[in-house]
Amino acid sequence: MAEDYLKTEEMVVNMGPNHPSTHGVARLILHLDGEVIHEIEPVIGYLHRAIEKVVENRTYAQCIPMMDRFEYVTAMMADWSFALAAERLSDIEIPERAEYLRVIMGELNRMASHLLCVGVTALDLGALTPFLYTFREREDILDLFEMTCGQRLTYNYIWVGGVAKDIPPEFTPKCREFLDKIDAKVDDYERVLTKNPIWLARNKDVGMIPEKMVYDYGVTGPSARASGINFDVRRNDPYSIYDRFDFKVPVYHGCDCYDRYMMRIQEIRQSARIVRQALENLPEGPVRAKVSRTFKPKEGEVYSRIESARGEMGVHLISDGSPKPFRVRLRGSSYSHLCAIPEICRGLKIADLVAIFASLDIILPEIDR
Amino acid sequence: MELAPVFAWFYGLLESLGLGDTLNEIISEAILALVVFGFLSLVALFLVWWERKISAHVQQRFGPMMTGWHGVIQTIADAVKLLQKEDITPSLADRGVFFWAPVICFVAAFAAYVVMPFGKDLIVADLNVGILYIIAITTFTVISLLMAGWGSNNKYALLGGMRSAAQVVSYEVPLALSVLGVVMVSGSMSMNEIVKSQAGWAGFHWNIFFQPLGFVIYIIAATAEANRVPFDIPEAEQELVAGFNIEYSGMKFAMFFLAEFVNMFTVSAIAATIFLGGWNGPFLPSWIWFLGKTLAMVFLLMLFRWTYPRLRVDQLMEFAWKILLPLAFVNIIYIGIFAKWLGW
Repeated sequence: MAEDYLKTEEMVVNMGPNHPSTHGVARLILHLDGEVIHEIEPVIGYLHRAIEKVVENRTYAQCIPMMDRFEYVTAMMADWSFALAAERLSDIEIPERAEYLRVIMGELNRMASHLLCVGVTALDLGALTPFLYTFREREDILDLFEMTCGQRLTYNYIWVGGVAKDIPPEFTPKCREFLDKIDAKVDDYERVLTKNPIWLARNKDVGMIPEKMVYDYGVTGPSARASGINFDVRRNDPYSIYDRFDFKVPVYHGCDCYDRYMMRIQEIRQSARIVRQALENLPEGPVRAKVSRTFKPKEGEVYSRIESARGEMGVHLISDGSPKPFRVRLRGSSYSHLCAIPEICRGLKIADLVAIFASLDIILPEIDR
Repeated sequence: MELAPVFAWFYGLLESLGLGDTLNEIISEAILALVVFGFLSLVALFLVWWERKISAHVQQRFGPMMTGWHGVIQTIADAVKLLQKEDITPSLADRGVFFWAPVICFVAAFAAYVVMPFGKDLIVADLNVGILYIIAITTFTVISLLMAGWGSNNKYALLGGMRSAAQVVSYEVPLALSVLGVVMVSGSMSMNEIVKSQAGWAGFHWNIFFQPLGFVIYIIAATAEANRVPFDIPEAEQELVAGFNIEYSGMKFAMFFLAEFVNMFTVSAIAATIFLGGWNGPFLPSWIWFLGKTLAMVFLLMLFRWTYPRLRVDQLMEFAWKILLPLAFVNIIYIGIFAKWLGW
């Protein structure tokens, strides 16, 4: 028999930190039997910038740009989650217009992030063209951001007490123009991918995250909702003014990569709905409450969470009443997702690992901070 | 204008010099080899540029625009750049194997053109086992990929090499069976005979009209043979970084790269020859028909590449053995019934 004289051994492959499909500097040590994965050891820390420590030495206003670096793919939401925590520790009255602008920016940012995710998933599975298509639309969103705050990636826009500045007059027509075409463009992506037999073969029943694993590892956001968990912070624990909008929280029950992809497609459509309503009802008025530069919140402790594009993003803030935070702890959902990957991938192929990594939409700054 | 008389005139010129038959033969063969080699190098350079342009337009970009008209000499600039690059051999590589892998790949890719009918009477050697020879010689590519994977002493390269071996060997079977259907009808394995058997109907008596299934099987298997998306798993960038050629640089990488494009041209040229009537066609010179049909096939392969995702390695094997192979047998039975009993 072949087994008698052929000696086989496990191959250890170091995937990353420089690898085309680890979305940054993730390093995974793979134990392989041929193509089959036996064990994965994620190694983190290549992007560690000690953000949690750095912000302890900064005033609250100076913390916001650091938050942009904490999660640069959805920097608006990172700003927002920190501003929310600081505001909950004080009695600042946020102007109505600022709340609407926050929702508009947050949802546009969610769409940009999901577009990135869909495009990159396709790219990682070898389809190079949808990536360019989704980036074309993401570009429009980034143009809107650039128009508003001058930045395309690290916005420093949502401040404690409101937003940095009002939108320019040409923002609203441009944004409406974008919203009018995005549904048709999403249909285009679906035409290329959704029913493609190869896409189905690569994604259906791959990377199963059953409900129990969702609870075990703390998987949140679209990835949890694709596993049948009907939970969305925007609806179940509304922050800001999300209770005023009419939107659906899509839920899928397939637990696989395909449903996570569908989840993102549907959320892009729902986000467009929210932005449309927010533009409709956008009130006039100031966009920032009067907050001094050395803003001092009350002494105390608070945990704020928001629904970011890839899961629950939390800020645990302890204040001693001084102008600088005493301790900040950030929760990034990608960390939980990365922890779940070894269990999801056991017994699958390398190609599946790439698909799963992309479908969970893991980004590295959120893990290493 | 037909090109065959040009070569005949040249051969006559050579004979008039009175060098003797052996020397005549050697000189003319050497010149023919150079002509074919030069032609294919040009084709490869053109295809690289064309692929970049097609991918760009599929993706709503422009592609290369700065070097020459619409970037047409971009590939030449790239080739020159590659030639200047340092040729690195990893210190732990198996030097002999590492060196010979790209050479074999290159030679195997070019050797197939010995029996390719470029036009009427425009063939280097009309072997009576032509198509069999092509299938045999192009399979040498897999040996070179395996050698590259093994010789590089790199785990990703090794995985890529193993994948390509499994893939090419699997897809060779349906490929050969789909070609067999054509051979059954034409009754010969000589490429010239296959083309001549499709000469009727004013040059439109093509095999594709009688064996559409065989054509589809051939195209799928040929895409896999040429390592193109959706069957490009040996070099799957997103999984294996670059697969078998990860350690290659400079000239050796250029050889793999050009061989890949020549291989794509080869499978397209075979498809054009055995399914699309080869150089048959009205009005235009035969070599234009051949080139046009081949480039149309190349265009199809390129559209595949920029449209589809990639299959997983086990799905790829399943597809070859469970779907393509039975279909190829069905095709043969169907041709047996129609061609041999009913006589078409």
